[in-house]
Amino acid sequence: MTTSTITSVLIWLPIAGALAIWILPLSRYATGSLAVLISLVEVGFWIEQAARFNFTRTGLQFSQRTPWIKDLHVSYHVGEYAFSLWLVGLTVVVMAACIGYGFWVGRDHPRAYFGLMLMLTGATVGVFVAQDLLLFYAFFEAMLIPLYVLIGVWGGANRIGATLKLLIYTMAGSLVMLAAIIVYGLKVGTFDLVDSPPSTSRWLFLGFMLAFAIKAPLFPFHGWLPDSYREAPPEVTAILSGVVAKAGTYGMLRIVLTKFPEPSSYYRTVILALGAAALVYGSVLAFRAADFRGVVAYSSMAQSGLITIGLFSGTNLGYNGAVLQMIAHGLISASLFLIAGAVERRTTTGEFSRLGGMAKGRPALATLLMTVGVISLAVPGSAAFAGEFLILAGAYTRAWWWAAIGATGIVLAAMYVLRLISGVLHDARGPMVQDQALDLRAGELALIVPLVAALLVLSAWPAGISHHSFAGDRPLNAVYEQFR
Amino acid sequence: MIHTPHVDWFAISTVLVLLGASFIALLGAVLVPAALRRTFAVTVAALGSLGGIVTSVWLYVDSANGHRVIADSFYRDRWTALTQVILCATTLATVLVGADRVREHESEFFALLLASAAGMTFFVGSANLMVMFLSLEWFSIALYVLCAIDYDLEGSLEAGLKYLVVGSFGSAALLFGSALVYGATNRIGFAEIAQQVGVHGLSGDLLLVLGLAMILAGLAFKSSAAPFHMWTPDVYQGAPTTVTAFMSSATKVAAFALTFRILRTAFPQEAHLWTWALAGIAVASLVIGNLAALVQTDVKRLLAYSSISHAGFILIGLSTGTALGGRALMYYLVPYSAMAFGSFAIVAARERELGKPVTLENLAGFGWERPFLGVAMWFFMFGFAGLPLGGGFIGKFYVLSAAYDHGWTWLVIVGVLATLVSLYYYLGVVRAIYMRGPQLAVATGGSPPRETLLHIAVGAALVVSVGSLVAVGPLITLARHAASALPF
Repeated sequence: MTTSTITSVLIWLPIAGALAIWILPLSRYATGSLAVLISLVEVGFWIEQAARFNFTRTGLQFSQRTPWIKDLHVSYHVGEYAFSLWLVGLTVVVMAACIGYGFWVGRDHPRAYFGLMLMLTGATVGVFVAQDLLLFYAFFEAMLIPLYVLIGVWGGANRIGATLKLLIYTMAGSLVMLAAIIVYGLKVGTFDLVDSPPSTSRWLFLGFMLAFAIKAPLFPFHGWLPDSYREAPPEVTAILSGVVAKAGTYGMLRIVLTKFPEPSSYYRTVILALGAAALVYGSVLAFRAADFRGVVAYSSMAQSGLITIGLFSGTNLGYNGAVLQMIAHGLISASLFLIAGAVERRTTTGEFSRLGGMAKGRPALATLLMTVGVISLAVPGSAAFAGEFLILAGAYTRAWWWAAIGATGIVLAAMYVLRLISGVLHDARGPMVQDQALDLRAGELALIVPLVAALLVLSAWPAGISHHSFAGDRPLNAVYEQFR
Repeated sequence: MIHTPHVDWFAISTVLVLLGASFIALLGAVLVPAALRRTFAVTVAALGSLGGIVTSVWLYVDSANGHRVIADSFYRDRWTALTQVILCATTLATVLVGADRVREHESEFFALLLASAAGMTFFVGSANLMVMFLSLEWFSIALYVLCAIDYDLEGSLEAGLKYLVVGSFGSAALLFGSALVYGATNRIGFAEIAQQVGVHGLSGDLLLVLGLAMILAGLAFKSSAAPFHMWTPDVYQGAPTTVTAFMSSATKVAAFALTFRILRTAFPQEAHLWTWALAGIAVASLVIGNLAALVQTDVKRLLAYSSISHAGFILIGLSTGTALGGRALMYYLVPYSAMAFGSFAIVAARERELGKPVTLENLAGFGWERPFLGVAMWFFMFGFAGLPLGGGFIGKFYVLSAAYDHGWTWLVIVGVLATLVSLYYYLGVVRAIYMRGPQLAVATGGSPPRETLLHIAVGAALVVSVGSLVAVGPLITLARHAASALPF
């Protein structure tokens, strides 16, 4: 296998696995094991790729290109930049943990379930490596197909309404993006993301931005978020907020900022304001949320706002911080949602009014939740602190008040995370917390601990990502010149 | 002594094979003992449509230089041949679905099906107004009878009668329009009409334009584009589901392929008129089809309205009148006909299981009871909605690209909005088959019928619809060669 085919393998291996699982009449146990195995092989391939990646080189690596629709100049073009490598890594690691979680809790209809999870893995990796607009769009939409069924079949009581909102919201955005892609691609004569020249059209900018703002989500476009994050099974929520939402901010970085530099600076204040609104409003909602998942869901929205501020600050620091924060927050929210799932399994509820006092006699749960919580409220020394600091430093060079608003967000984060920790672990013991509710089991620890360990590594060495996301550590050059 | 023209038998071999098989199947009603009649009819029909696929593929390979044959009345070119391949494949799939389903008049059913397919394969190659009208009547009359063939079924007779009355009205419009065009140009050959218009400067002539409008209306009746769609939901709902599956795919393919040919060949000078007219019809179909589908609970009616909205999408490609539009049209027809056929076949399976019309209510739990058909329906519904689970996605991308290429950004926006609306009802079907528990009242006990042939047909439709996403390149090449047979 040549190195460039690894990218394609990362996309198509899980999809082939999904087909195999649908076709072969395997037992529940065999199905789950096969899915976990495939997701671990994915992680293995990614490690192989990361080991071979040349972080000092500019331009696309591990790329592969074959014509797909010749007369419209659409091609199957995949490849990775350094920041896409990190996002792919986030995807495969989080997916492996979540597939393992599904196996651990024993989801009904295992063949359908694991097939869909693998399909989602392939589609999400595809989004981060596609270097052709139509291919990107296809994967962007393809993520929705398994998500719709995963939430609609295995979700909570109000799942039907949640799936409908999720699909209609995100499709409204992405169909506008499809129109923008058609217009842009035909106007410049190619759909290739590497070859296509920048455009100054503000309408096209808005078309793309709408799709990504809904996906992220930014402030007025978050209507789908609370329902989906609450009703989905916990591992699917972990994927939604940890990985899928990152497709929105990734799209801003890879497409909006690089292909529409002029409109990006024209609308900079508006987008920064939306990001700031998402940050502050999301944090306030997280502080008010009455349940575990509500807090994490709204905090995800706040973090998307912060990442957007970093990207649209248009500074080297902001870019580096945004990429670091995407990865750090992906790991944080995936771990938190998996922990929320573990708590819900033990108490049947996530509501703070019925939880509390779980720390006593459950050291593993308490330790993990405390660790992730402390990282997510960005104490100095944590990965999230590094990310947020870089973002705020970037925003400060744009104008001091953006940094001030960002700092408010960090204060609010401390408030809602501490409230979450005390609501679950401390306070008086809630009515739903029984003595029989066990501590985290070995199986659950095996899924959550690696995510937390990755976070600790990032905390120790944030430069591992923030200095290795753009060749030469000069993202602005990279964004505006090296890959246009 | 009447002068007989030279006949290129190979050019019409597909038509002849289908027609021959139809006659043999019909003879079976008299000559074959009742016990073997169904097997005989199914075998003959399957072989006939297979033979049709073979001859039309051969014709495609062998007709790189398109020309007219038999006194310039029939086109032997790749546009005809490719359409014939799609039509014969649809016919074969219909035979497979019908094999277990048709309980009486087996010989007559398959004979009529093949006769209608033969008519369509002749229709798409017609090179003058006379042949066009005759072959249109040929396949329509067979379809009228097919709709009403199950006269025990509630609604079947009504469907047949409705289709007859409305269809005849459409045919009359087409015939009247042809007469007006002949009156204006004194020619019936498509190419000669354009030539006369060019030579005598007839462009914009009232008689000609009126004739063109009526021809378009007549063809729009067949392709069930709004506002000529009134019959579609009732007929699709009332007709036996096998016939509905055939009509929703084959009839549309034939009607659209011919519409594009006659417009490009006979009326290129009026392009400034018919592009706008078709764009209007497309928008009307998208609006009416999508909005009406939102409130349907009967699945056949829902799919009927969905087929009207897809007529709108196909017409977007058609209305551009460009080579890109022609390719988009040809490409779109492949996954569309597979998905339309497959989804109606699945409805037919559920219908047989329940013994009553399929609604969104009684589809509940279907996906878990019949995993393969459930997954196929999931693929078809998401494919219809334009999500990348099949060629429907590329089809939409292609027609919208053609619209933009023609300078109609507004039509791109309409198409995108229509897709968004359509998502609601397609998701409704997926929701019904997977996300509601099975209803005990519906369960009749016992395992569902096996229906191997139906599974094969649905599987083939699935392969075509997904395959057309993967193999876009080769299909576009085929479509380009087909479209290059038309004058641009």
